[in-house]
Amino acid sequence: MADPMRIRAQAAGDKATVRVLMSHEMETGQRKDSAGKAIPAWFIQEVTAAHNGKTVLTADWGPSVAKNPFLQFNVKGAKAGDKITVSWVDNKGDKRSDEATVS
Amino acid sequence: MQTRREMLAQSATVAGLLATAGLLPQSALAAWPQAAFEAKTLAEAVKALGGGAPAESKDVTITGPDIAENGAVVPVGAACGLAGVSKLALLVEKNPSALAAVFNVTDAVEANVNTRVKMGQSSNVYAVAMMADGKVLFAQKEIKVTLGGCGG
Repeated sequence: MADPMRIRAQAAGDKATVRVLMSHEMETGQRKDSAGKAIPAWFIQEVTAAHNGKTVLTADWGPSVAKNPFLQFNVKGAKAGDKITVSWVDNKGDKRSDEATVS
Repeated sequence: MQTRREMLAQSATVAGLLATAGLLPQSALAAWPQAAFEAKTLAEAVKALGGGAPAESKDVTITGPDIAENGAVVPVGAACGLAGVSKLALLVEKNPSALAAVFNVTDAVEANVNTRVKMGQSSNVYAVAMMADGKVLFAQKEIKVTLGGCGG
């Protein structure tokens, strides 16, 4: 299991801004190690964000998203106390899901 | 002592388990648009995602720095002012695979996402909005990179 994500969700007016910082190597498969062998690609492929259990955003990512990926989006109609859940699956089948409360 | 029949039944079970285990990661991958991520150009990637010919539009905005010091972490954002956006995509033209990320936007979120991408070299970066009615709009911005984020 990978390290936890850091999720901050702040309500502003009738929407909430959600910022997510995931902890992941995001290896591209382009780099070579000191022996000249290619390091296999290892990156997050699917990200899902849910607001109070209802999926509001899904994303398909490629290896060119930066290491320890950052994601920011705005959820309409979210207010303080609502739950935001973010989960991801990487190309090795590893997954992680974390929850935050809108403040 | 195991009979032949029992042994055959057991190996069938094991084979079945292996097949299920082997199939699971594949089904997880099925939803991931591999062809789009292998595309080299904007038009190819959009086509692989099921869109038509992309047209440049002022309704799509791309945010990012003019000069990125470190290509490994380039903050970019895509936004679209129009209603009915189904997908937002970010592409880096000169990366080994142009497509960086696709966001499937629902009505419950604004068509405005920010993330960070890697860039191998100075290049045009595209924000693409695919509308629910099939139109494909994009905006571009040139980002200069002083230190590449791929290879090395």
